[in-house]
Amino acid sequence: MPVDESLAESRRVLEICNACGYCNGFCDVFESAERRPTLNEADLVHLANLCHACRNCFHGCQYAPPHPFLVNVPRSLARTRYRSYLAHAWPAALSGLLARQALAAPLIALGAIALLVGLVLVLVPPEVLFASQAGAGAFYRILSWEAMVLLGGLPLGWSVLAIGLSLRQYWRLTRTEGAPLSTRAIGAALRDILVLRNLRGGGPGCNDLDDRFSHARRRLHHAMLHGFLLSFAATVTATLYHHLLGWEAPYPLLSAPVLLGTLGGILMSLGAVGLAWMKWRADPEPSAPETRGLDLAFLGLLFLVAVTGLALLVWRETAAMGLLLAIHLGSVLAFFLLLPYSKFVHAGYRAIALLIEAIEHAAVSRQ
Amino acid sequence: MTEPDVLVIGGGTAALCAAISARRLGASVLLAEQAPKGLRGGNTRHSRNLRIRHESLTPLSSGPYPEEEFWSDLWHATGGTSDPTLARILVQRSAEATDWLANAGVPLQPTSSGVLPPSRKTAFLLGGGTTMLNALYATAKRLGVEIRYGGEVRDPRIANGRLERLLYQDAGTARTLAPRAAVACCGGGQANRDWLRAHWGETADGFINRGTPFASGEILEALLRQGARAVGDPKRAYLVAVDARSPADDGGIVTRIRCMPEGIVVDANGRRFRDEGGDTASTRYAIWGQRLADCPGQIAYLILDARGRRAAPPSLYPPIAAETIERLAARLGIDPGSLAATLAGYNAATRAPDAGADEADWRTFDLDPPKSRQARPLIEPPFAAYPMRPGITFTYHGVAVDAQTRVRLRDGGVIENLFAAGMIMAPNLMGRGYLSGLALTIGVVFGRIAGEEAARHAGG
Repeated sequence: MPVDESLAESRRVLEICNACGYCNGFCDVFESAERRPTLNEADLVHLANLCHACRNCFHGCQYAPPHPFLVNVPRSLARTRYRSYLAHAWPAALSGLLARQALAAPLIALGAIALLVGLVLVLVPPEVLFASQAGAGAFYRILSWEAMVLLGGLPLGWSVLAIGLSLRQYWRLTRTEGAPLSTRAIGAALRDILVLRNLRGGGPGCNDLDDRFSHARRRLHHAMLHGFLLSFAATVTATLYHHLLGWEAPYPLLSAPVLLGTLGGILMSLGAVGLAWMKWRADPEPSAPETRGLDLAFLGLLFLVAVTGLALLVWRETAAMGLLLAIHLGSVLAFFLLLPYSKFVHAGYRAIALLIEAIEHAAVSRQ
Repeated sequence: MTEPDVLVIGGGTAALCAAISARRLGASVLLAEQAPKGLRGGNTRHSRNLRIRHESLTPLSSGPYPEEEFWSDLWHATGGTSDPTLARILVQRSAEATDWLANAGVPLQPTSSGVLPPSRKTAFLLGGGTTMLNALYATAKRLGVEIRYGGEVRDPRIANGRLERLLYQDAGTARTLAPRAAVACCGGGQANRDWLRAHWGETADGFINRGTPFASGEILEALLRQGARAVGDPKRAYLVAVDARSPADDGGIVTRIRCMPEGIVVDANGRRFRDEGGDTASTRYAIWGQRLADCPGQIAYLILDARGRRAAPPSLYPPIAAETIERLAARLGIDPGSLAATLAGYNAATRAPDAGADEADWRTFDLDPPKSRQARPLIEPPFAAYPMRPGITFTYHGVAVDAQTRVRLRDGGVIENLFAAGMIMAPNLMGRGYLSGLALTIGVVFGRIAGEEAARHAGG
């Protein structure tokens, strides 16, 4: 479906929503659409990224198929959202990675792991690689700290730049003219992200699998997000230990980096498996089939990073450590490389959409 | 399909409340919904709020709505046509409706959501009627109610004050059912074109049915033929103005046209016929429906200029637009000279409000019919038009029931094992007029009573 067709369908559907308004208690999309009666491209892209795909507005719709109006808000907005990921990818030439994610993500992950395993096989003498290592600096006997920083830092730097440019372009398209950014709005947006208010369905939960209400998807997403943040915190504390205190990894089981990382890894793994299971079981009607690859590939990637990290922890004092370290670093490398060309980008666009809503809300309540 | 203690005919609010209530008292229940699953629920699918008595402030409304106020609203709106016994039951027991629904899993939208129109007298369903139906069907199923879609119940046989049997028919089966008790919750006949034509003549051809296409009136008609006592008047219907381009059935809430004060309304001859600024109460929707039914060809056009179009609420279809009024007339099939003359006469008669007066106080002078409010001149091109037809919502025609919702007979007495709830008996409470949220409340209150009474009858 070409871009303009997805936009035209989202516009057609949301015009019906604007004349109806019954769903305005479920999430922020419907009130926001009412404030944007012209529903131009920027409006539709904003609304599509504001939509958390909770599905209540599909199962509760008096105009959903088989009604001849064929209103399917979650599917229409999923298509427009997906198109916006492709349209804002930087550089544009790499947007194909997003479009062919089901192929690209496994290939890049395999390639990165193969690269790291190959590297340690070539560079590290077998008697070191396959010996059980213990004590401070054990990991660096396999791969030097400098090599790790280089392998992680370069792709991460690139990805941060690419995402930053995409977000800047997106912000310029969808921001509200004349509404000032305030700390209060930023606070409100952060709260919406952390509690996933728009995945509460106005209170009873969302139609995660079918027309029954549930809080499962919100909880699994919490596990995923907070697991990710804990793992990130583990990395930051480990860096501080290394630089400020001069303590070298691996750290003891009861140290902050290990505790944070373990909990984070477990939460991420549970979140990824749970969310993938929901995709498998959920009624496919209110979703867009072409976005499935993107969603599942990202869950797979997160699962790979989390599980290889946990495996490294469990077997770090055995002869398998060297290869496990290479495999884990390879998955992290693939994850870093794919950040701007994976479902990860939804985080930034969703955050901006929530920020725009918070800004508009602040402007309305001031009046 | 087993022979149930209680057969519930229909699948909307009243039917589900009856089925759940009967099942909770231990009766085996079969609910036969004529629509397929995807279109289940009758006109409840299109509903949004229910009118409830509440003596104190609740999270669901902006202030108290005491019994006597509800009673007096009902009395005035229906012109005193309510059966006083049933009306008292309705008003009193409406107070339990939201708790009962919440207990059956139905989510309600609190006023604290901040996105509802202010309403003291009605409570809003979160997501509307379709979401409520999903919850009620799930609850009914969980309790063990047998639910059948896509089959029709017909040919009820009544003898000696008893319902003896009925016929159930779907694609695969046709069988006779003889339940111990039955509850008719299958609404009126407003979707039945032959039935409408029989009562309205050719006028009915100009109607659009706003709601479910499954309101065939089959059971209602059969019961009346078998001696049930009628209430209301088949020639009276609740009509609102809808976009003439709407589908013949099921367009629901979004087809309404409701910004007459922003423009002028002309008939197929291009002539104004009513004061477009005169009605501001909530009854204005129904007033225009009836006026359209009286128009030649049951069609009229709301004419707006660019300013009026900006002021109009969002609509299902964009209005038909043209740069000049003559071209607009041509697109509508109206004589251009006639429409241009109407517009020129109207514009010449408009007067701005006095300085400092309300902006809405534009009015016409020496014009027949006048426009008494919001009579701004229509001068800013492009011009636009919404074609409008009467949209039928329900008819004021049903079966009479007693306080236990047993169907009454024409020559006295009741059918002891046949109960009725919802729109099929709503004319007992409103022979004319309407109050927003009343239909759902009637469905909940009398659906519950009918289900409980039917279960008691079946068990006793």
